Parts: sequence; structure tokens; C-alpha cells
Amino acid sequence: MSNPDSKPRPLLLEMRQIRKAFPGVLAVSDGRLELREGEILALVGENGAGKSTLVKILMGVHRPDAGEIRLAGERIEFRSPIEAFRHGMVIIYQEFSLIPSLPVRDNLFLGHEKSRHGILNKKFETAAAKSVFERLGINLSLNTPVRDLTIAEQQMVEIGRALLFEARVIIMDEPTAALSPREVQSLFTILRELAGRGIGIVFVSHRLEEVFAIADRVTVMRDGCTIDTREISKIDRSRLIEMMVGRPMQDEYPRSVRKTGEVCLEVREFCGRKLSHISFAVRRGEILSLVGLMGAGRTDVARLIFGADPKEGGELFLNGQAIEVKSPRDAINSGICLLTEDRKEQGLILKLSVKENYSLPHLSRWSKKGWIDQGEEISRFYSAVKDLNIRLTGPNQKAVSLSGGNQQKLLVARWLETDAQVIIFDEPTRGIDVGAKYEMYLLMNRLAESGKAIIVISSDLPEALGISDRILVMKEGKIAGEIKDVSRASQEDIMALAV
Amino acid sequence: MNNPISKDSGPLIKGSNYSRFVSDYGMLGVLILLCILFSILTLREQHPSGAEAARVLSKQLADEYPISTGVLIIARDSREDSVFSELLAEELTTDGFSTIHKISGDPAHVRTELSGAIDSISSIKLIASTEAFAPVLQSIKSQVPQIADIPIVIPPSKRWPTFLLADNLRNVANQIAVIAIIAIGMTMVIIAAGIDLSVGSLVALSAVLIAWLIGYAGGEKATGIAMFLAGIAAMILCGATGAFSGLMITYFRVPPFIATLAMMQVAAGAAYIISQGKPIYQLPDSFILLGRGAEPFLKIPYAVILMVILYILAHLLMTRTTLGRYIYAVGGNMEASRLAGIRVKAILFFVYTMSGILAGLGGIIIASQLKSGAPTYGLTYELYVIAAVVVGGTSLSGGEGRILGTLIGAFIIAVIQNGMNLTNIETYTQKVVLGLVILGAVLLDQLKHRGISFKIFQRVNRDRI
Repeated sequence: MSNPDSKPRPLLLEMRQIRKAFPGVLAVSDGRLELREGEILALVGENGAGKSTLVKILMGVHRPDAGEIRLAGERIEFRSPIEAFRHGMVIIYQEFSLIPSLPVRDNLFLGHEKSRHGILNKKFETAAAKSVFERLGINLSLNTPVRDLTIAEQQMVEIGRALLFEARVIIMDEPTAALSPREVQSLFTILRELAGRGIGIVFVSHRLEEVFAIADRVTVMRDGCTIDTREISKIDRSRLIEMMVGRPMQDEYPRSVRKTGEVCLEVREFCGRKLSHISFAVRRGEILSLVGLMGAGRTDVARLIFGADPKEGGELFLNGQAIEVKSPRDAINSGICLLTEDRKEQGLILKLSVKENYSLPHLSRWSKKGWIDQGEEISRFYSAVKDLNIRLTGPNQKAVSLSGGNQQKLLVARWLETDAQVIIFDEPTRGIDVGAKYEMYLLMNRLAESGKAIIVISSDLPEALGISDRILVMKEGKIAGEIKDVSRASQEDIMALAV
Repeated sequence: MNNPISKDSGPLIKGSNYSRFVSDYGMLGVLILLCILFSILTLREQHPSGAEAARVLSKQLADEYPISTGVLIIARDSREDSVFSELLAEELTTDGFSTIHKISGDPAHVRTELSGAIDSISSIKLIASTEAFAPVLQSIKSQVPQIADIPIVIPPSKRWPTFLLADNLRNVANQIAVIAIIAIGMTMVIIAAGIDLSVGSLVALSAVLIAWLIGYAGGEKATGIAMFLAGIAAMILCGATGAFSGLMITYFRVPPFIATLAMMQVAAGAAYIISQGKPIYQLPDSFILLGRGAEPFLKIPYAVILMVILYILAHLLMTRTTLGRYIYAVGGNMEASRLAGIRVKAILFFVYTMSGILAGLGGIIIASQLKSGAPTYGLTYELYVIAAVVVGGTSLSGGEGRILGTLIGAFIIAVIQNGMNLTNIETYTQKVVLGLVILGAVLLDQLKHRGISFKIFQRVNRDRI
């Protein structure tokens, strides 16, 4: 939080007037960054502001065209990621660089094994790993394969790795994106512990409440330039958003006035692998949020409704009629859609074009005897692109090259085309920037206004409180409680039910 | 078309279409370069023979000599030379030449004929013969004084690459037709992120099966309908084998590599069991129609015509139909496809069945080409087929690739093999070269992909800023 010492701590890392152009693009025009010893510095900005390029320069992935980097006052130049690593620069990405089948210990030492003539010194490795985990207060078995760990635990392994190799600067890229609130808290404890040892931490995140919770200072980037760096105690949330987007924001969570109608979807006594006796209903025009800790079963509920996993019991009613949903195909045909949590693994087919991705569930309607009506397909595609304002270069652009927000919009556009009655959004705003989030909220409002029933799964509690009409809190595969009057509820109320 | 985004990004769309074409069909350039290379390496004096020789020679004679000139045509009595003599006489008569004599036979016979026909020789002013026979004739002529002064004319030759001779090109296409046809199914399987190792064995099974069934239906005296039904039965059985692999892969989640490896063994064994390890030769003469027959106009082999038709159909299937689109989608991301409402299992089942049917068809064509069915046919074909698919630009990781690319890939392999045969490179060396070419093609593809993804990366950045 705020700096307890009165005098500023010594400067650890400094980047000055960094400039980096890629052919045809100026990614960073004036990048500046100052990191003090033992400081947690948040780096914020919209997608494309230049944060990742700046970070990659620091990690030796890219070489800057101009500008200088000083580490503890000494001018340095990283020609490769290994060189940066040797200087103590460690980055922990959103997607971890661990090998799932190997145990924790082997992952900790991956690429830097302690060995003599090629024979591993496991005793030494175990001892070193244990002492690091002890220092951090992490309780993990060294022999567990990484694939059996939760995402939070995997992150701990990454952090342990950083510590083992005496990192001086740790960059965390969206570290909390996949964590539950409790896991976020323990991560923060560890980050403060690391900072206490004099390590400088750069915390890259879209989640502003976390920035306010953990950072000492915040650096804002916009359009390839570093706009400013402020003490976190001397800036408020709305001012920070203004700095990021370059214009004043009126309301982070837009609310629309709408009438809720009849019950649209009703779930009775759903049971599944991780769920027991889930019952709830959602009405037309209603936005219902499902919240809870990681592993509480929110996504499992969505997958059961959608027919993606087999259910072990329970009934589903649509407009009062019992329906049988055995596969996603059945769900789609009944008018239930699921926007999956993981866009890249479960949503898009990255190798296909944006148009092909868009039309995938609708082809059978846009074809005659198996022949695709290409005129129909392309005109539907263009009208959807226009309607949702998706930014792309053309219908044949590969889905992999879209930005996160536009990928999400493309997937939403796809489900809008089905004329769905129930749309389930699983973590719809994860990893997308402030502007795109806002558009997503407007879109959900619009859908609810048009009489659709919306279910949102969110790990972002302010978001759930900000957008929904009603909140269901889940805990260990059951519904732990319901918050009917969202306007009077607080994050603490939700956490009280969730933990 | 109402296009809200083309206004400010028109050139980019064009660019992306261009790079898409290059990435889809870039191997076409390699194929053309190979053709040019082998054309240059096999450039030779080409002497026409048979009908072609008669035609050019009659034209030359009509242009250069008055029609009163007496012409003596001398050639061997082989089939090709007979065609030459007959046709030349006919053409010259049509042109108006009145005095034409013919002698056909071996040199000894020709000498006797010449010595015995001195009287009629007096009106002869010109001897027409073939390029191959001319030297022999020259020595005979010197022994018969009456005709020693009469000039010999032969059909004019021209410089032309052996590779580009119509016969050779037909040969290249006919040689690769079977592999290319099987590669259609393999392309679908690989685009669906699978692999089918059983196709080579299915070729053997199908060839043996059709020969065996025809044996039952009367062997050498079997009717056309019986042969047709035997072929259908062989294809159905191979399709069923493919379907069985598909079942193992979809419902029992056996990895495609393992499931089809198992079926490869099963099918190979079955082929030996049915044929009792020996080739089956008792087939009617008309059975070779599919494998060796050709249409009468351009003399394009039926197998090649069948191949072209199948490629057109498969291309349409993959680009214009929902089924084709689903195959790409399933190969690109199975889980995402399922969550988009696609019946993933049905799609996979289809591609493996299709691959089996086409392998069966390949076996039938081979049996027809060789007029027999033996369990050794199709050995290691799966590797050539996979090579054709990969050289054609289809990614083994699935979700990408073009049917017509595979046709190009198959032809690249065929042209290299044929070119090396023509330039007298020995078989063992050919294998080394072919292996390196496959590796080179895949490397080229990797580099190209890297280049394109780099371009996309730039474009995205431009969008963001």
C-alpha cells in the first residue's frame, strides 16, 4: 500500500525515452518506467497502449530502437531473454510456462538443473525448493505433477522459480485473471513479502480495484506513451480511468431501465460431477450473476445447462416446458447459448477466418441440401460486424489475429444470430480493456431489454454488483445464497456467503 | 454488397487474399519450376513415329516434290511401321501422287524385293522410310546399283523435351492417379486433425478382394456387371474398415495413429488370407479398361479423368458445403466445434469412412492396371499419400489445408520421380532425393507461415494504435 518510509527508496530500474517501431507501426514512442527497490508498481493502460511491448523490451524479447535502460544506476542492454534473466528480470505470464506432466520440483529447476556430469542432484534441488517455499509460506508437495495443481498453485511455482534464481525485478502479467478472491489475497500477501525483500514488482492488470489494493504507485500508458506515474494514495479510480482512456468516463457500469418478465429458464435439482441440487430460475429481461470462489462450480452449472457435460440428475424448463438437453447442439436448437470462459480453447477456432467462426453454428440454416449459401453468409456476417462494431480487416482475417475484445464481440455476435432466449456469459470481460468492457455491458443491457434472459458468471465482484439485477452466490457445488437487492449489497456481503 | 469495413481497409483485404492464395497454392510455383527443370534436362532430338511420322512426312513431300514423282515406301513390318506405311501411302494418294509402291519387312526381305522388282523401280524417284530403318536401307541401297542414286527421305525431327512429350505426360498422370485419389481422403482426415495409416493395406485388400470376387463370378469369363459389383463390394468393405477406425477414434477415444495402425495390420493380414499369399491373375481382358484404357480423343487415361472428377467434387465439398466447413472446424478445435453445436463424432466418422472408400477405389485401379490382385500392392503407399498431402501444404496439426494443394503435392512427387527416371538417376538415389524434397516442402511451408503470421502481427498492431 502506501510507502511506510518517509524517504523514497533507491531506484532499482529505470527505462527512459524508450522507442520501438515494428514495420509500419510505432508500438512505443515514449516509454518511461521507474521502479524502486521493494516497490510494487502497477502498469495500466488499454490494450494496445504499449504495455506489453515495453515489458518485452525489459525482458530482452525486443530490442528498443532508442532510449536506455538502467539497472541500479548502471546502463544495461539485453540482447536476449536469457541475458535479461541473468540480470534478474523475471516475467510471469498469464499462460504459464510450466510443463504439466513434470512434478513441481522439476519445473522449478527447468532449464537450470543442478547436475554433475548430467546426473541430477535431486537432493540439492529438493532442499533449495523447500527453503524457498518455506520463505514464501507456500505449502506444496514437490513431487506433485503440475497438471494436478490449481492455477493459483501453478502461479506459486512460477514465483518460487523467480525466487530460486534471485530475481531482482518480477513482472506479473495479469496475475489475478484466473484466481478467486481468496487466492488473490494470498497472492498479494506473497507479493508484499517479496517486496519486503527489496524485489521490485511490476504488476500489469486490467483490474483497477486490485491496483488500488496492492500497488504503491501506478504508471499509466496510452497510445505508446507513458502518460504519468502517480502515488496510488494520491489518485482516485475515476481519475485513473480518465488517464487510461484519455477522456472522462461517466459511469463504469451502465444501467438500463428494463422490465423483467416471465420465468424463461428454470433449473431444478441439477446434479453433476461437482454439483449437487442446484435450483434457480431466470426471467426474461433479467441479468442474473453467478459468483463464487474458483472451483465453486459456476462454470459447471453453465456447462450442464448447455449440455456440454453429462448431468447426473435434475430437470430443465424453458418457458415452463421441460426440455431435454443432451449436447450443445440440443441447447442451441432450444435457444440456449453459452459464451465460454476460455475464448481461445473453447470459443474460437483460431485457424479459421472470422467469417467462418461467425457462421459455424448457423450453417445448416444458411445452406440448401448441404451447399452453403455464400451470399447469405457474407451479408449476415457484414451486418453483424456493423451491428457490434467489430474491428477487423476483412472476412478472411484469421480469428487468431483479432484483439481480445474483438474476439469476444465476434463470439457474442455469433450467438445473437441464433435468436437465443437464454445467453450465458462465462467471464465475459476477462482480459479485455476498459473500453471493450463498457461495450460488453451495454450489449448485455441491450439483450436484456429485448427480453432475453442473461446469466453472467463473473469473478469480478464490483462488476457483478454493477451490472446484475440479482446475484446467486455459489459455494462448493451448491447455491449458498441469493442477493436480491443488488443496489444495497456490498462485496463483503457476497464474500460472507462465498467463503 | 453492403460492406461497412472495406472502405478504409480495402487494400488490406486484397493483400490478404493474395497472401492466402500464395499460402494455399504456393506449391504450384514449385511444380512449375520442376517441370521447367526437367524439360530443360530432357531436351533431345525427337523423331516422330507411326501415324505422326506419316503425317509430317507426307506434308513435306507434298511441299517439296511434284506429284508426278514416283515414291517407294520401305519400312519394317512392326505394328508402328505398318501404320506408318499405310497412312503415308494413303496421305500421298490423297495429295495426288500417282506412283506409289510399298515394301514392308526385315532387311533381308527388303533386299530380295528390291532386286526382284527392278522394272517397277525405274519409275521410282524417291524412297521414303523411317528414321530407325534409314541406316540399314542405306547399306542395302549400295548393293543394288539400280537404286543407288535414289535419295532416301525420312520424317523430319525436332528438338523437344522428352518430359513434355504427350505420352510421357499421360504416363506421369496415370502413375500418380492412384496415390492422388487416396490422398483426397487423407487430406480430409488430416484437416480434421487425424491420420490414416491403413490406406496402403486397404489398397492391397481391395485389389485382392476384387480379383477374388471376380474369380467367383467366372474369372476370365466374368461379365462387366459382375466386375462392377465386385468393385462396389471391395469399396464398401474398405469403407467399412475406415468406419471401424472412425468408431474406435470417436467413441472409444483411441488415438487415430494407433487405431489406423492396427487396421493397417488387420487389412494387410486379411489381404494375404484371402489371396493365400499369391497373386490372383484370372481376370477378364476387359478388366484393364479402368486402369489402362483412355478416352479416344486426347487419349487421356480413364484413371486420370476419374481423378480429376473426384478432385473437383472434393474441392467443392470442402469449400462450398457445410460438411466441408465442419471438417475444418473440427480439425481446428474439436471442443470449440462441439460447443458450437457441431456433431463432431459424425464428422470424424465420415472422414475415416471416406478415406477407406477412396483407398478401396485406389486398390481397384491398381488391380486393373496390373490385371491382377496381389497382397503386396499398395505397400508403403500411406507414406506417399501423406507426403502428397503435406507437400501440398496441409498442416498435420489440422484445421488448415486445401484439396487442390494435395493434387499439386501428388504431381510434385510424380514429376520428380518421372524426371529422375528420364535423366537416368538410379532408384536408390531417387529415394534420397524424394525424401529431401518432402522435407524441403515442409520447411518452405514453415517459413511461409512464419512470414504470414509476422504480417498479421503488424496489421494487428496497426489496428490498435
